[in-house]
Amino acid sequence: MAESGNTFKIKVITPDRTFYEGDATMVEFNTTEGAIGVYKNHVPMTVIIKPGVLTITGEDVKKAALHSGFVEILQDSVTILAEVIEWPDEIDEMRALAAKERAERLLTERDPKTDIARAETALARAMARISVKK
Amino acid sequence: MASMRDIKRRRSSIQSTGQITKAMKLVSTVKLQRTKQAAMNSKGYFDYMYRTVSSMLGKAGEINHPYVLGNGSTKKAVVMITGNRGLAGGYNSNVVKLVTRSELKKEDVVVYTLGKKGREAMNRYGYEISEDFSGMIDAPEYVDAMRLSTILLNSYRNGEIGEIYLAYTNFKNTVVHEPKLMKLLPVDKAEAIEGPTDDAGGPVAPMNFEPEEEEALELIIPKYITSIIYGGMIESVASENGARMQAMDNATTNAEEMIDKLTLQYNRARQGSITQELTEIIAGSQAQN
Repeated sequence: MAESGNTFKIKVITPDRTFYEGDATMVEFNTTEGAIGVYKNHVPMTVIIKPGVLTITGEDVKKAALHSGFVEILQDSVTILAEVIEWPDEIDEMRALAAKERAERLLTERDPKTDIARAETALARAMARISVKK
Repeated sequence: MASMRDIKRRRSSIQSTGQITKAMKLVSTVKLQRTKQAAMNSKGYFDYMYRTVSSMLGKAGEINHPYVLGNGSTKKAVVMITGNRGLAGGYNSNVVKLVTRSELKKEDVVVYTLGKKGREAMNRYGYEISEDFSGMIDAPEYVDAMRLSTILLNSYRNGEIGEIYLAYTNFKNTVVHEPKLMKLLPVDKAEAIEGPTDDAGGPVAPMNFEPEEEEALELIIPKYITSIIYGGMIESVASENGARMQAMDNATTNAEEMIDKLTLQYNRARQGSITQELTEIIAGSQAQN
């Protein structure tokens, strides 16, 4: 699938480590403007991440839960500056499920004291974790 | 001349001090290796972050955002990163001096301290201390920096503080660490444009932002602040260990020198006492004859 010519460099860096580095034909992730997929020769662009699944398609398909950060897209490279990102095996599914329920409860109760925006982000984060696990 | 017993006592006390400083040196050498590695690992992230924000500010033209324009408050927040422990040479006092001798007026400054030593010193100088985050500096984590930057940005948005500075120690290499005072907010546009935007040197396709620059700025600046604070934290920790290693190395060398000197004195005193005893015995026997 990954013939040379349509691959580009992808680099995922976090404050502590280089999370992933390699070649890919396509990456997909969630941004503030909606979910997008990037191929080679994309228009240079900087976008902001929303919690979701990061899918890197290269030799094989890799998935990770990407929670916050931003992405610099250039024609022959994509650099993801991730504040928080996890591989599937770093995720505790039970905890994610519990967090999802908690966030959903907070949102349905409509208690004026709850921070809605925060509960929504928590829910989005939990959903991203769960869908990466599957 | 001091008596043999006195010299012996001093020598053994210096010897045990030397042992302690030597052990501390070894410990901080190991810690330095680890913290240095952490600082190296993060470098890529910060360089990219800096570049992106610079190119964003450079490109965006006139931005009407409080992060760039300021909010009119005269209060200046200084995030000061020092160590929780002393015996690190000038490490702690250099950062303190940097802030107390800077152009910032004492009345305008609110200090957010990371590190007990810095807090104690600022207290003595009579600065207003807002909150203490000394626990963070033992093992800096990115979430700690996030918490701190959220607090700072909230106060900034409420107009409680008008400028944010960071005082930390820049880790240049194992032996060179320089204290630095850096302005975080409002973002200095003139400085930002000078920043590297294109390392290839050739013309690059113009960068687009989605959402638009102003909105993107709103979202990226908090991340930018967080990452600078985090970077400051890990560089300072690396510097602290480096400074302590050097200080303890010097202390060990000094202790060894003193021991050599005292050993010499001790031997002289011993020789002197033997000579004296002999003289006394001979004098005694001669008197009997």
